[in-house]
Amino acid sequence: MFARVALLVLKKDFAIEVKSREILYTTLFFAVSCVLVFAFALVRDGRAIDDAAAGILWIAIAFAGTLALGRTFERERYGETLRALLLAPAPRPAIYVGKLLGIVVLLLLAETILVPLVALLFQAAFFARPWLLAGLLVAGTIGFASVGTLFAAMLVRSRTRDVMLPILLYPITVPVIIAGVRGTSALLQPVPDEPAAAMWMALLVCFDVVFVTLALWTFEPLMTE
Amino acid sequence: MKKLFTPLLLIVAAMFAYAPVMIANAPYESSMGLVQKIFYFHVPSWFVMFTAVFICGIQSANFLFRRKPSADRIAVAAGELVVLFGLLGLVTGPLWGRKAWGVWWQWDARLTMALLLELIFIGYLLVRKYGGPGSEKLAAAMAIFGMANVPFVYVSVNIWRTVHPKTTVVPSLVPGMFGAFWFSVLAFMLLFVLLLTLRVRLEHQRAALDELYLAEEDL
Repeated sequence: MFARVALLVLKKDFAIEVKSREILYTTLFFAVSCVLVFAFALVRDGRAIDDAAAGILWIAIAFAGTLALGRTFERERYGETLRALLLAPAPRPAIYVGKLLGIVVLLLLAETILVPLVALLFQAAFFARPWLLAGLLVAGTIGFASVGTLFAAMLVRSRTRDVMLPILLYPITVPVIIAGVRGTSALLQPVPDEPAAAMWMALLVCFDVVFVTLALWTFEPLMTE
Repeated sequence: MKKLFTPLLLIVAAMFAYAPVMIANAPYESSMGLVQKIFYFHVPSWFVMFTAVFICGIQSANFLFRRKPSADRIAVAAGELVVLFGLLGLVTGPLWGRKAWGVWWQWDARLTMALLLELIFIGYLLVRKYGGPGSEKLAAAMAIFGMANVPFVYVSVNIWRTVHPKTTVVPSLVPGMFGAFWFSVLAFMLLFVLLLTLRVRLEHQRAALDELYLAEEDL
């Protein structure tokens, strides 16, 4: 029942997105614009400063993620479908998991374009250890999205949601950004520092476990009027 | 608590009046000299801040799951005090850092953690103020996540690097400093209790007033 509901919510979001592709395109375009802004800020004499690539990648993910989170729930609010979703005789945490999966898939899709782009523009050796990088990205994206999905869902009813989402989300998800940036830049060293990257990945996994559990636990009382 | 309030107020006032004397009489630390004395106000502020963080987080969970309005009032009072005492710590820290490290700010484990906690709880207050109707629940979630975040920020920045004196500095104090330090801690804790009860009482009265207005409208 739980998994079925989660997959149905994911399928619903996916069907809408495949039709319009609105969130994917806008998120991707925004992420690329972010990368360009940072390129202007951090490139001196045609070369990016050391270690910039990891930071730029993760900032682009965080900013684009916020945009995607806002848009996903804006669509629910506009169609007044969130109430219908909550009224459905389904476990609330399953709805949360479905929504979370949707955001994670969307962000991972955006990352498949973003990573080669940053690698190309900043001469970063992202593909020296592709599996470790993929692990860091997946764990980091889940961590960011787990908190983000909960807060975005809560903020749907709030008048000031556009301002409140980043205000709430960024301070809480700073550990994800720190671990993601440090882990990625460990991989970008002339000799990739695999133990360091693995350690940061372990921290990200711990973060994911704690925050997904907390979100599942608080989603029900938070979404009850 | 009402009866205890005035005596407690007098005790706290007397303690804060006497604290500078004790701090002045405490022995000079050999390497830092006079600047080290800020430690007697700096560390207690953080003790109080962490106490307030946990009170705010636990009471928020209480509010969210047991729907106790009184828990929310304690949470908001504690949330405001987190910001206040955090600010005290953030102001006194750099004053010492300028002398010890030569810079006002370092991107160090403890400093980053302190700043982040401060930001999380400023966010908490902003949500309560500007979040509109139903923002108490939002804020409660923020407080719970903020509390859960403490170990992560701690671990992540600690592996990164640290130059801040370790917590082991407290048990290693020389006897003369020991008394002055714990006296300051006690003074700060009492001040915290005082401010918390005052603020909680204000929230209770505000809620009572709201109820009276509603009752009058129904007539």
